[in-house]
Amino acid sequence: MSVDRRSATTRLAINVVAWALALLWVLPLLYAVWTAIHPPLYAARFDLFAPLTLDNFVRVWNAAPFDRYFLNTIGLVVFVVIAQFVVCTMAAYAFAVYPFRGSEWLFMLFLIQLMVMPEVLLVRNYSTIASLGVMDTMLAIALPYLASAFGIFLFRQAFKSVPKELDEAARMEGAGPIQVLLRVYVPLARPTYLAYGLVMVAYHWNNFLWPLIVTNSVSTRPITVGLGIFSTVEQGIDWPTITAATLVSIGPLLVAFLLFQRQFVQSFMRSGIR
Amino acid sequence: MNLHKLNRILAGGLGAALLSTTAAFAVDLTFYYPVQVGGPLTQVIDGYVAEFEKQNPDINVDAIYSGNYTDTTTRALAATRSGNPPAVAVLLATDIFTLIEEDVITPIDTFISTDEDKAWLAGFMPAYLASAQIDGHLWAAPFQRSTAVMYYNKEAFKAAGLDAEQPPRTWDELVEVGKALTVKDASGNVTQWGLGIPGSSNAAHWLFGALVAQNGGQLSDETGTRTFFDDPKVVEALQFWIDLSEKHAVHPTGILEWGTTPSDFMEGRLAMAWHTTGNLSNIRKNATFEFGVAAYPGNPNPASVLGGGNLYIFKDASEEQKAAAFKFVQFMTSAELLADWGIQTGYVAPRDDSWETEALKAYVKEVPQADVARRQIADSKPEISTFESARVTQVLNDALQAALTGRSTPQEALSAAQAEAERILSAYRN
Amino acid sequence: MKVSRNLTYSMLLLLPAVVLLVAFTYYPTVATIIDSFFSTPRGRRPARFVGLANYETMLADPVFRKAIVNNMIYAAVIIPCSMGLALAMALLVNARIAGRGFVRLAYFTPTVLPMIAVANIWMFFYAPDYGLIDQVLGHFGRGGNNWLGNPDTALWAIIVITVWKCAGFFMIFYLAALQQIPPSLLEAAEMEGATYWQQLRRVILPLLMPTTLFISVNAVIEAFRLVDHIIAMTRGGPDNSTQLLLHYIYQVAFGFWDTAYAATLSVVLLAILALIALVQFGYADRRIFYR
Repeated sequence: MSVDRRSATTRLAINVVAWALALLWVLPLLYAVWTAIHPPLYAARFDLFAPLTLDNFVRVWNAAPFDRYFLNTIGLVVFVVIAQFVVCTMAAYAFAVYPFRGSEWLFMLFLIQLMVMPEVLLVRNYSTIASLGVMDTMLAIALPYLASAFGIFLFRQAFKSVPKELDEAARMEGAGPIQVLLRVYVPLARPTYLAYGLVMVAYHWNNFLWPLIVTNSVSTRPITVGLGIFSTVEQGIDWPTITAATLVSIGPLLVAFLLFQRQFVQSFMRSGIR
Repeated sequence: MNLHKLNRILAGGLGAALLSTTAAFAVDLTFYYPVQVGGPLTQVIDGYVAEFEKQNPDINVDAIYSGNYTDTTTRALAATRSGNPPAVAVLLATDIFTLIEEDVITPIDTFISTDEDKAWLAGFMPAYLASAQIDGHLWAAPFQRSTAVMYYNKEAFKAAGLDAEQPPRTWDELVEVGKALTVKDASGNVTQWGLGIPGSSNAAHWLFGALVAQNGGQLSDETGTRTFFDDPKVVEALQFWIDLSEKHAVHPTGILEWGTTPSDFMEGRLAMAWHTTGNLSNIRKNATFEFGVAAYPGNPNPASVLGGGNLYIFKDASEEQKAAAFKFVQFMTSAELLADWGIQTGYVAPRDDSWETEALKAYVKEVPQADVARRQIADSKPEISTFESARVTQVLNDALQAALTGRSTPQEALSAAQAEAERILSAYRN
Repeated sequence: MKVSRNLTYSMLLLLPAVVLLVAFTYYPTVATIIDSFFSTPRGRRPARFVGLANYETMLADPVFRKAIVNNMIYAAVIIPCSMGLALAMALLVNARIAGRGFVRLAYFTPTVLPMIAVANIWMFFYAPDYGLIDQVLGHFGRGGNNWLGNPDTALWAIIVITVWKCAGFFMIFYLAALQQIPPSLLEAAEMEGATYWQQLRRVILPLLMPTTLFISVNAVIEAFRLVDHIIAMTRGGPDNSTQLLLHYIYQVAFGFWDTAYAATLSVVLLAILALIALVQFGYADRRIFYR
């Protein structure tokens, strides 16, 4: 986009607006960092020379099994994303490559899940999970999300944009349907997988309501629920501890995003999500 | 005795005979508990459980930390419905009617047999037992009990020329002292409020219960099927709460959030704050000024309100489990253990003999504020408890908030709430 | 022969998704509707058919009415605001500004922060007198606001958080779409002497239409799904001024244990979502989905 023609004042204005908005947007994070590294006394006082401390982190780490919550969340997220990849890839492949009479209708029916998220049906899904006997397991948190209409929709789009010739060439060489999928379609849809995967990682890392309802013990509870339980105590809010806990819980995701943000944005551009 | 029962006894006897021949005879107990105050309390509970298992090698306790009270109740009910009930759980004292209605608990008194058991039972403070006694049965053992107290900033008292050792004893004094403590800056903005009573949805009904008791009223009866929201005593109590901000201007307007009230107090925004005893260690650790803990004032009866959780034994556990669960309950509510739990958490040990233990005596000497709660208990009333407790409480909270924010008058709000509570509760009257 | 084999492949490939969707979307949808015509089973009282009684209760329930009104306001503000901001952010980061990487990251941070965690931080921002916002306003003599404790401002305080949370996420989609606009199109427009605003209106926005539709679907979903901060901050209070439909369903189901009434409320939520979906898909050009 040509900015060149714009005057210096316009450019300055754009910069100022962009930066002001950016600062406003990271303010909560900045506050979290500030409060977490200072003694409780400074939670509401901004003194540049306040003493620094790591006590809050130590206290948080000792007060709740955050290490275990971490493992739970990582396990959950990895499982959900991989299972979604498998389930959605299979369905999308069927829709894109093996259409049948009424498959467009079935696809529309699938898209209902886009709007009717598991959260809307939490009362019924809760009893389904209970009757399956998987309450308080990672499976209980994951199951309602595995057949993701969003994923099927994206992968189907990506598969449809794969040139037919490639598919045919592979089949000429004697590749079976699964081999064609794995050798032709999936590699070409990589940006879509990356983009979708990242969105889902962020989604499930942050998911709260459903895991809150179906988990019950330290060994399954994801970090958001651990954090939620940890911060709603009778005593009231202890900001230094909570901000430290927040930083602990988002740390890995934030670092990962910092490292991969370029790839992340680019994969979005290439994925054709638009 | 019917055939079915006979069969069960035979089977039970046979089973016990078979099991006792094997070396690995053990009862597994599932124990659900919430943690409501900060600190590494799961480790403390794990320590108690380890000690219990050491004393009772034939019992294994699986202690599950299950979030806050609401979460724990949810878990316990869900687990029971799916046929896998916990044997014992710490749940809100006010959940009692819900648990009876859901038919999931067994009265504690059915396990009382020996003189020792009777002595154990007699050791609880009557005020705390009262909320667990329904239809001639005792349904739960008091465990982590709290009460509401008034924290006050002694330095603010001195600055206002008040006697820091003489906190207000009546509503009139409360207003008077509150006025002296309310400080404005040059441009007329209040920098320090005299008093703060949290009115957010998780606290309003509780602290309002104290105001009502002080005014000589009550919110619900002991059958859990009737509320008295539109009683003149109750309406007056709400009018007083509103007057604190509207008429006397000693209380911030709008709803004071329970979660931020301790910070409000420690930041000097509130000179006096109503909160739970469970907050004592937090305030002690973080307040930068000298503070006191006062019992509640009266109009004319000084009164506070009780809160917290009791130990319940679940009905659908096996007989062996229930017997083991009763042992566990007795262990968890021994004088020494409750004393220790009180020191670790700030809860009020609900047994008189706990307060006679060396540990608690030493603690009270070090933290005299802790004793205020105990002295106040005789004057305290159980918190509102009815069938469909959560829903009725919500109805009351909505009414309180509507009136506190000036959206309706106390009379209107409480009459509407009473009508709604009647609609909900009439189904539970036989 | 080939056709039937393809059909077999299709069926096998679709099987896992169909099973999961039946179990966690279609069956519960139907079961929820059925549940709404029965009473809540409690202890020794089994569920019995009550016809429309739950719906009658609902229509007379002032909390339900508040939840609906609030949710409509919530959605009506959040959807356009977060989308507008997302577009503005994408345009800003797409322009040549200093420290673009940082700015982009800043906009995106709320997406990776769990709502339950940031709720507590916002709680500090909104605290009366010593909270961040009031400290700033205090310098202008406008302190003493109880943002979350006043029914007139509480919902708006919640809305600000949701917009803050969602805008950066939506921005990524706009940004991806913006970068795919062929520069030649814009150059051509510029040659014809179009101002920036004209380019935006005539070239950029029309090209972004599919993205806008996609984001709007997401925004609608968030407007009815995102209640984590309500649970952490206000629990629907004061006096239900921040009560939203899904939060009320959660409260009725897992606080009051009235599953039948929760099902009835869920039916309303389902109906609202279905209605919005119909409007959205009906309004949208079908090409977008059949590209």
